[in-house]
Amino acid sequence: MTDTITEIDPLPNASLDAPHQAPSLTIRFAGDSGDGMQLTGDRFTSASAVFGNDLATLPDFPAEIRAPAGTLYGVSAFQLHIGDHDITTPGDAPNVLVAMNPAALKSELGLMELGSTVIINEDAFTERNLEKADYEVSPLQDSTLDNYSVILVPMTSLTKQVCKELDIKPRDAERSKNFFALGLVSWLYDRPVDPTLDWVKAKFAGKEQVIAANTAAFKAGHAFGETAELSAYKQEVKPAKLPSGTYTNINGTTALGWGLMAASQSAKLPLFIGSYPITPASDLLHELSNRRDFGIRTFQAEDEIAAVCAAIGASYGGHIGVTSTSGPGLALKSEAIGLAVSLELPLLVVDVQRGGPSTGLPTKTEASDLLLAMFGRHGEAPLPVIAAYSPTHCFTIAIEAVRIALKYKTPVILLSDGYIANGTEPWKLPDLSKLPDISVGFHTKPNFTDEEGHEKYLPYLRNPETLATPWVIPGTPDLMHRIGGLEKEDGTGNVSYDPMNHERMTILREEKIQGIATDIPPTWLDACGDEDGTADLLVLGWGSTWGAIVSALQRLRKAGHKIDHAHLIHLNPFPRDLGEVLSRYKKIFIPEMNRGQMNMLIRARYLVDTISVTKVRGLPFTGGFIQKRILEILNEERGIK
Amino acid sequence: MTTETSTETNGSTGMATGTTGSTGIADTVTGLLGEVLSSRKEAAEPPVTTKADWTSDQEPRWCPGCGDYSVLTAIQLLMPELGARMENTVFVSGIGCAARFPYYMNTYGMHTIHGRAPAIASGLAMARPDLDVWVIGGDGDLLSIGGNHLIHALRRNINLKILLFNNQIYGLTKGQYSPTSEVGKVTKSSPLGSLAEPFNAISLALSAEATFVARTHDMDRAHMQEMFRRAYEHHGVAFVEIYQNCNVFNDGAFELITKKDKRPSMLINLKHGEPIRFGENMENGVVLESHDIVKIAKVADVGESAVLVHDEKQVNPSLALALSRLASGPFMPTPIGVFRAVDRQEYAEELSRQIAYSQDLKKNPGDLEALLYSRATWEVT
Repeated sequence: MTDTITEIDPLPNASLDAPHQAPSLTIRFAGDSGDGMQLTGDRFTSASAVFGNDLATLPDFPAEIRAPAGTLYGVSAFQLHIGDHDITTPGDAPNVLVAMNPAALKSELGLMELGSTVIINEDAFTERNLEKADYEVSPLQDSTLDNYSVILVPMTSLTKQVCKELDIKPRDAERSKNFFALGLVSWLYDRPVDPTLDWVKAKFAGKEQVIAANTAAFKAGHAFGETAELSAYKQEVKPAKLPSGTYTNINGTTALGWGLMAASQSAKLPLFIGSYPITPASDLLHELSNRRDFGIRTFQAEDEIAAVCAAIGASYGGHIGVTSTSGPGLALKSEAIGLAVSLELPLLVVDVQRGGPSTGLPTKTEASDLLLAMFGRHGEAPLPVIAAYSPTHCFTIAIEAVRIALKYKTPVILLSDGYIANGTEPWKLPDLSKLPDISVGFHTKPNFTDEEGHEKYLPYLRNPETLATPWVIPGTPDLMHRIGGLEKEDGTGNVSYDPMNHERMTILREEKIQGIATDIPPTWLDACGDEDGTADLLVLGWGSTWGAIVSALQRLRKAGHKIDHAHLIHLNPFPRDLGEVLSRYKKIFIPEMNRGQMNMLIRARYLVDTISVTKVRGLPFTGGFIQKRILEILNEERGIK
Repeated sequence: MTTETSTETNGSTGMATGTTGSTGIADTVTGLLGEVLSSRKEAAEPPVTTKADWTSDQEPRWCPGCGDYSVLTAIQLLMPELGARMENTVFVSGIGCAARFPYYMNTYGMHTIHGRAPAIASGLAMARPDLDVWVIGGDGDLLSIGGNHLIHALRRNINLKILLFNNQIYGLTKGQYSPTSEVGKVTKSSPLGSLAEPFNAISLALSAEATFVARTHDMDRAHMQEMFRRAYEHHGVAFVEIYQNCNVFNDGAFELITKKDKRPSMLINLKHGEPIRFGENMENGVVLESHDIVKIAKVADVGESAVLVHDEKQVNPSLALALSRLASGPFMPTPIGVFRAVDRQEYAEELSRQIAYSQDLKKNPGDLEALLYSRATWEVT
């Protein structure tokens, strides 16, 4: 760390500057897998969204469904960052931790800044639970928490107490303790109460006891703040100034699903999704399986290979064939994706990346499938690769992916990641009447007349502009033809082993993909205003690092640093001006959640020097981390150690 | 055979249609695909075609004398008889000698990757229940690398007609033992003999819940055509094993049972509703040994009434399975014909039905705007 980091404004989520009003706040709920922390975080998020904050969330849970209660590896956490301004990350160090048991305190406390607030369910600090969390002495009794503002609350017993009056058994009552915590936190941070209570009624309709218990626990938690005189801890985060419109809070998975549905309507083609359950991509299959009334055919295949193959079969039949997966599944699909490259059929492969290799970290995020997506097929098998940069971006990127797949008749790989899939943010609902028309139509007539005047159909006679082959679906009279994975003769598509033809076809397939560069926007660039190229640095990002980069640059620019941000959405082909953009900067900084895969591509393609900063910890980048690294780079330049 | 009731009537085939009134693709598909499908103006009468119509302009590249030729001819001759439409017919294959089959048919066709034909064809059949989708593969393709896809396609009862060209050898890779090769098979990759028990393809298909299971062989065109016709007319998945000779790497593998003079005593021709008898003078019969084990006996010894009457429509596949276990290889009296033909819900049709059902439930099905606004929303002014 360098001294100069202190020159920067305090982080906007530091609460010290205004005791009762904060520009933003990061709260982390942590408890046992069975404690309902994801639900609690989700509810707090909804209330904050309705209140009008901008926000971003990060669910952080173990791969085990129900690890043994009270253990460290069973801790499930949910972090959210709310603000009165543009919020792009789920927050760096949380300002508030809600710890439902000793294991949660132990595993999460390290994330907290000194001086932050820790709200503890003290009932859970029994000898047995302390032992499971490897505490020899209770952290409530030694110096562990000396440097934090601690609020000890007997959440379990208070919840049982209010439920007793309702004739609810203590065992059932205990399950409502997360609503007690939610009530208390809602009071502390002045969240509206009604959205939560309404939700409880709707969610548990027909289960009157559960509604009663959760409502009572929530109200008791809310009242606790008042009676225990916790006003000193109270903070308010005012609504953010978002563009006018109707908003909903949405995660990347739902946005992607809806984007695919919008793409299907814009393309005027039915959607077929072949998928095999895999974390963290399964939710997309769930979302679309629930939308049969949109004419969507979802198919849970016997394995990853069958899933992509079924999607290829559906595309051949005239549907938009989609398959969704995560890293291990993408590896399994490689051969079939290569077939789609060779057949030149539309196909969308969604890869929700997670930590690897092998099973790796199924529930944790990483962006380490980039090179697999780019090159993970045998032979020369180029295809377009695009990446979502935030949860809400998934809606538009899904439409873009389908547009490219149909127009160029090619498989497309769309990269998302675990953080984008599960993270949420407010989304201004789009005007559907303004969606682009991405329909391409089918060919139903012969496309070639031979020397003798016979009309013929040549399945590999390309559109001269896009180089796409015509799309003829089975059922079309007189155009019967055969396609296959063997090399095809240019034009006729007949099997050909001719050396010159193979080279020509290889180059044609490549040129088709490279040609897409003329059909996509130039590099997304947020320049700090200097057109003369005097910016100190370019941060070149891709995927979900977007939020952390924006957040870091908000702070650094405030401190007077001239730093530009380019973000790549189309990864293959790259935007056509990317080389020129990169040439304007002396220093290019590429942060990514892998060991430098984009960095390798950029250096190879453009022969430019770059600084690669990587992190593979299963967690998204924080703005603070990027800010610190940028300062280190700039200081190094100035010779400051 | 029933006739399709939806707007894209093809009128020619029972393959895409249900006996209880089906939900066709055109009912649930709108947009460009729906337009193409409903614009097809097909005569109600089956088209008049010839073998030449069904033959593509590509020269077959199988070895001279290969059993694949006789299967190809059988199919090309049968298609006109079935009244099938070339444009509504798709052959999907994997990799192997047999998998070249689609190139030689003047229909739509896809030569895919090793083992995956059932999976690709399943996607096509789900997307387009209006098509006749045939799957072609060899024993390596369908039983080894593609075994998983095969059993799941059978279990789902997707409307595919799967033809297994079983020659008990890997031909295209030049002669390694296959999952149907007999134990002890000496090949380039098993110089001291192969070690593993072969699959009995019929037993496998029956155990995988297939609704139509049959066996035929490449030396008998009439029998092949009868099996293919039955497969074509079956509503749901149909699995036909063809004993097919590879005259280069495994010549004569089925000779002991398929040679003309051997057939009466070595082939047990299963016919629904008839006693299972065979032999030069029909002197042999199949009888029950215990409740689900069958054996061969002299009819004279056991009496005519003891001979099992074949019932392909039995819902319980135990007896069909028992019949499939009569011979442990093509060197013993071996049943051919239809082992099982039962009715069950067809997958793609049920999928279409679920879509129609979901659409019926909604006032405005497929209303994306309504979906967007269906969650908790808030206004920013």
